[in-house]
Amino acid sequence: MTTQASSASQTSDERVLHVLEFPGGYTRSTGPVIGRFLTGLRSGRIYGVRTPDGKVLIPPTEYDPVTAAALGAADEDWVEVGPAGTVTSWTWVDEPRGDHPLDRPFAWALIRPDGADTALLHVVDSGSKAAMATGMRVHATWRAERTGSVKDIAAFAPGEGPAEVPVLAGEAELEPVSVVTLPHRLEYRLRGGTVWNHFIDGMAVGQIRGTRCAACGKVYVPPRGACPADGLPATEWVDLPDTGVLTTFAVNNVPAAGAPEVPFISGYVLLDGADIAMLVLVSDVPWQDVRIGMRVRAVWVPEAERTRSVKNLKWFAPSGEPDVPYERFEEYV
Amino acid sequence: MGNRCAVIGVGQTAYRTKRADVSLAGLVREAALRALEDAGLTFADIDSVVLGKAPDMFEGVATPELYLADALGAAGKPMMRVHTAGSVGGSTALVGTSQVQAGVHERVLVVAFEKQSESNATWALSTHSPFSASLVVGAGGYFAPYIRAYIRQSGAPGNIGMMVAVKDRINALRNPYAHLKIPNIDLAMVEESMMLWDPIRYLETCPSSDGAVAMVLGSERAAAAAAAATGRRPAWVHGAAMRSEPMGMAGRDSVDPRAGRDCAADVYRQAGVTEPRRQFAAAEVYVPFSWYEPMWLENLGFAEKGAGWKLTEAGATAFDGDIPWNPSGGVLSSNPIGASGMIRFAEAAQQVRGQAGEHQVAAAADGSRLALGHAYGGGSQFFAMWAVGANKP
Ligand SMILES: [Zn+2]
Repeated sequence: MTTQASSASQTSDERVLHVLEFPGGYTRSTGPVIGRFLTGLRSGRIYGVRTPDGKVLIPPTEYDPVTAAALGAADEDWVEVGPAGTVTSWTWVDEPRGDHPLDRPFAWALIRPDGADTALLHVVDSGSKAAMATGMRVHATWRAERTGSVKDIAAFAPGEGPAEVPVLAGEAELEPVSVVTLPHRLEYRLRGGTVWNHFIDGMAVGQIRGTRCAACGKVYVPPRGACPADGLPATEWVDLPDTGVLTTFAVNNVPAAGAPEVPFISGYVLLDGADIAMLVLVSDVPWQDVRIGMRVRAVWVPEAERTRSVKNLKWFAPSGEPDVPYERFEEYV
Repeated sequence: MGNRCAVIGVGQTAYRTKRADVSLAGLVREAALRALEDAGLTFADIDSVVLGKAPDMFEGVATPELYLADALGAAGKPMMRVHTAGSVGGSTALVGTSQVQAGVHERVLVVAFEKQSESNATWALSTHSPFSASLVVGAGGYFAPYIRAYIRQSGAPGNIGMMVAVKDRINALRNPYAHLKIPNIDLAMVEESMMLWDPIRYLETCPSSDGAVAMVLGSERAAAAAAAATGRRPAWVHGAAMRSEPMGMAGRDSVDPRAGRDCAADVYRQAGVTEPRRQFAAAEVYVPFSWYEPMWLENLGFAEKGAGWKLTEAGATAFDGDIPWNPSGGVLSSNPIGASGMIRFAEAAQQVRGQAGEHQVAAAADGSRLALGHAYGGGSQFFAMWAVGANKP
């Protein structure tokens, strides 16, 4: 079913490394026009598409950027361009990064293939910045393993050629490209700020801390730096007990990586003395026995194993006290 | 309210699990061209384009408006993108409406889409902040506790959600664009389906759809010209409003959000609606989980607090009831998330234009009553609504 690959860990300077990565990557249906371009790259050919006014666009677009007319519907609208072309502009990369296409200094360049009216952004592997010039002639060099991606062109090299295309094994049996998969990875280094840091310092010692708004007196947990109701700073800290009432809940039967084993109970607990319920996990109780109004108490990881993390608070479990009548907490659901 | 604004063209794609034959651009284009054709116009006639899209994480396309400008004929024109979570389709229509009402533009193309097959919405919705615990519950897990609270507060019998699920799926059989078509659906089938997020069963949830919807909104002059050219009458906007509220606010009523009540009150005031159940002939309301029908019946003032389920139970919201809700089959039958809100708005317009085909509610087409389009999003945090009618406001 669903999988989740996000994680957070504390870095030494109080920033939190936060990674979002969609397992398997996003897919894209290419549609017929982009699909035909990518299929061409897989066979070592660069195709442009002709607009009604005779311009050849590379990379091809599905619709005319000027008139919005659909492009590429007829075979005769497709034109093989290049493989040589002219650099129309460029910039030099002295220190390539890990995810750059080359591991040596290179140029990012706009390259107008012969026969095209627009330029393609790609890499020129010229060896040195001194070898680069606007107007210079370059030609495509191809990877042996091609998948239907703009990276099938390994790079552009100075000069007119040769432009041999290594044979792609089994190409005749391949279907045209219609879907591509794009891995995404986002890495953030976030600062929690003073409010969150004080909250998490409490968590490290098994203490739940909230903030009280000076204007309306409401107690927020997890704490808020400003009151959402009136926008004023909420600067007064309140130590809250780890007991409360379960105001409502769901029994989750949908398994997900990163989520607890199903069935699990997610629910809202109104801590004693708080004015807003917290979304928490409820455990140590058969799911059939969970009730609205049930009194609960936090279950913590053992003191010796605590870290500076919200995960110190494992879940809430029934405290054994009598249920609370609904009317007593109805406004906090 | 400003100048009058009318819906003069509506276009939808069919809603499907996967549209592998088109790119995102091809998908939005399909809806846009149908809306233009319905209005008797081309891209050249459009003054402004407004695009609505749910969170970028849904498809992993950041700033899709850049990529989609070509497909939507936006060269040389103002174009903007709107984002208000699940309500975005409604908000997008309202941004376009404002441009017409303000007299800034004559003809505005509004478009909303989702290609859910390209990713996983539950994953995208559950990407937690490192500063809070995540339970990875997705939308169903998020809304289930509030549904449980509604059932507790209202004393509704347990089968109300199932009745909505059956009703909307039966309505969907009349709608050629609808995604889920379950010909023999009945209460037993819903009851036997798996309990996903207790109290929400599998057949009480919306599907994941690919699809797009578009409308052409026009000024009074544009509406007259379109009607003369096409012979199809416009739907006039009688009232339109958006409201927001903070998601985490002490004392917030997540079952009956104030932003929803305030938004409805504003629309009704503009449209002269004092008795929604009598003055609306049909309502297209954002109901992604079946229990949100009785909840929104109360929030939107169709029923007293705690009594929404009684309208559902009595069949008032059925296709042949006195106030049909979701004659198109609603979000429960088709859910391209970013588009779902605008589909509600567009379907409401089609009802008063008499263009709803086999799911046309007869009373909606006679001009005497209005239709409601409604959308909500976030954790019931954003609301967008409009009231449309066949006669000029
Ligand atoms: Zn306050």
